Amino acid sequence: MSTTTGKAAEPAKVQAGPGTTSPAAGPKGSRRRRKPSMGVQNMAGWLFSTPFLVLFLVFMAVPIIATLVMSFTDFGLRNVTHPLDANFIGFENYTKLFSDEKFLKSLFNTAYFVVVGVPLTILLGLVVAVLLNNGIDRARTFFRVGFYAPVVTTIVAVAVVWRFVLDPSDGLVAGLFSEVGLTAPDFLGSETLAMPSMIAMAVWRNVGTVMVLFIAGLQAIPTEVREAARLDGANVWQEFKGITVPLLRPTLLYATVITTIGYLNVFEEPFVMTQGGPSDSTLTVSLNMYREGFNFFHMGYASAMAYVLFVVIMGITVLQLRLLKDNTK
Amino acid sequence: MSATSAPGAVSTAPSKKPGEDGRPGRPERPRSLKRVLVYVLLSFGLLIMSAPFLWMALSAFKTTSELTASPPVWIPTEWTLENFRDLLDKLDLPLYFMNSVIVAVLVTVSNLVFCSMLGYALAKLNFAGRNKIFGLVLGALMVPGNLMLLPLFVLMSKMGLIDSYAGLVLPFAAGAFGVFLMRQFMQSIPDELLEAARMDGAGEWYIFWRIVMPLVKPALATLSIFTFLGSWNNFVWPLIATNDPDKYTLPVALATFATDPNKAGGSNGMLMAGSFLIVLPVLVVFIALQRHFTQGIATAGMK
Repeated sequence: MSTTTGKAAEPAKVQAGPGTTSPAAGPKGSRRRRKPSMGVQNMAGWLFSTPFLVLFLVFMAVPIIATLVMSFTDFGLRNVTHPLDANFIGFENYTKLFSDEKFLKSLFNTAYFVVVGVPLTILLGLVVAVLLNNGIDRARTFFRVGFYAPVVTTIVAVAVVWRFVLDPSDGLVAGLFSEVGLTAPDFLGSETLAMPSMIAMAVWRNVGTVMVLFIAGLQAIPTEVREAARLDGANVWQEFKGITVPLLRPTLLYATVITTIGYLNVFEEPFVMTQGGPSDSTLTVSLNMYREGFNFFHMGYASAMAYVLFVVIMGITVLQLRLLKDNTK
Repeated sequence: MSATSAPGAVSTAPSKKPGEDGRPGRPERPRSLKRVLVYVLLSFGLLIMSAPFLWMALSAFKTTSELTASPPVWIPTEWTLENFRDLLDKLDLPLYFMNSVIVAVLVTVSNLVFCSMLGYALAKLNFAGRNKIFGLVLGALMVPGNLMLLPLFVLMSKMGLIDSYAGLVLPFAAGAFGVFLMRQFMQSIPDELLEAARMDGAGEWYIFWRIVMPLVKPALATLSIFTFLGSWNNFVWPLIATNDPDKYTLPVALATFATDPNKAGGSNGMLMAGSFLIVLPVLVVFIALQRHFTQGIATAGMK
């Protein structure tokens, strides 16, 4: 690639080289410039970083801090127009949270969703990836696309369809039940079945992401290692346990962490499918926060909720990193 | 991983795997038996994965009586466009479609520009504060979006940006994931190339725009697909940042429609038609570009 004809037609924000900065210097025979000084790279670095940093500051850093501040206030509807009028109330929101049965229930529901959903998603994703990677040679793309398609689909459409699929009177699953002479329960209308149904949907939707991660991880395992194991007479299970799983640890770690974070934040599924019901049995922390904040405008209280969730997420992430990383090496 | 060879690596690598395709000395029979079992398992899985899609697509063309038939009818005996007509009568889909397109295009373009710029600075410019900024980016990757929603809403209200495209776009105009992805790819560009350009007097902006950006086209493609789709499917923020139905994006419009008993009125046919119309473009784009998708996830995940 020829760069000697540097005409600098671009609106050059930063010119290389101190002193004369005529980038239109003749293509041939232009004298070699000194390596740009640290100062120039410094300035260029900051100029290239500025747009992102400004957006980051205004729309992420400030809101993150503002949430923390708001969580110590009685921020309500009137404060949307007059934010500074909110009263500082110390830890009141936080103490209130832990005697709020609704919040505790949402915390429990979220934990339920994570504890059941994450292992299922990881396990199924791993199984599909291993099968796709080792067992077949044809239609690989076809299968991969099929398993990944739910990931790229608008959650709202997915939820609408699943609501329909699970409909007790004329849904798909109800039909399957009646085929074998059973009456389908009202999955989303039952306090005990609503959450498992939602977990099933979440697993269905997220297996593809985990699968792709594992496929990438599997392909990074040197084939010689497998070959050697097979030559030593390892069977499929031994190879899987002794070679695949240990070498997949980094991927396993990453997949577990991002799936857990995603599931701890679960919002759309209950919002569209059940609105948190019946009897708050699918009310998750995020949905609870959304309602408190945007339906009832208890924004200070909702901010405290957001921070409790954040702390939980950070804690669990750190814990997972420790637990899984210790065994890596 | 080199920037230019990255896309497609996931799909090309498996065929090259030695030891998979009946090497000499390998017993063939048990392998093919095992293979049949694997195909059966995977096909069963695929059936479960695609059943809701098929059900949705087929139901969109069913008549009311077949929609509620028990046992359920899979293939409509009488294909009808009634559901689509009803839906278009009640829901201004072209409007919501345009809203979604405008927002997604703006978000994508701004991410491509801003994330590449910072990605370049982090990968190739030696400047004070670089490590701190990278730490910030990594930290931003970990923060759940929910943490920002409430003040963001207040901020947007104060700025008068509720119910505006700007309000929908700005919070997503530069994502940490994009910076991360671009940095990873740009690191593989040889420093000598940039050094040579600098010697010849090229400015950093010129180097970035004319040398680096063309070299990372595959990464730009990956990032565009991800960002466009992320924006297209985004639900929570548009739900919060719009009150005026005229500014709804497709998912918000559909969700509002689906959860409002007065509108959908229990008409599953209309909802299936709506879901079908929202999902179709996404699935078509995804199937056409699936290599970039899967590669992008893998790249972002592995490093």
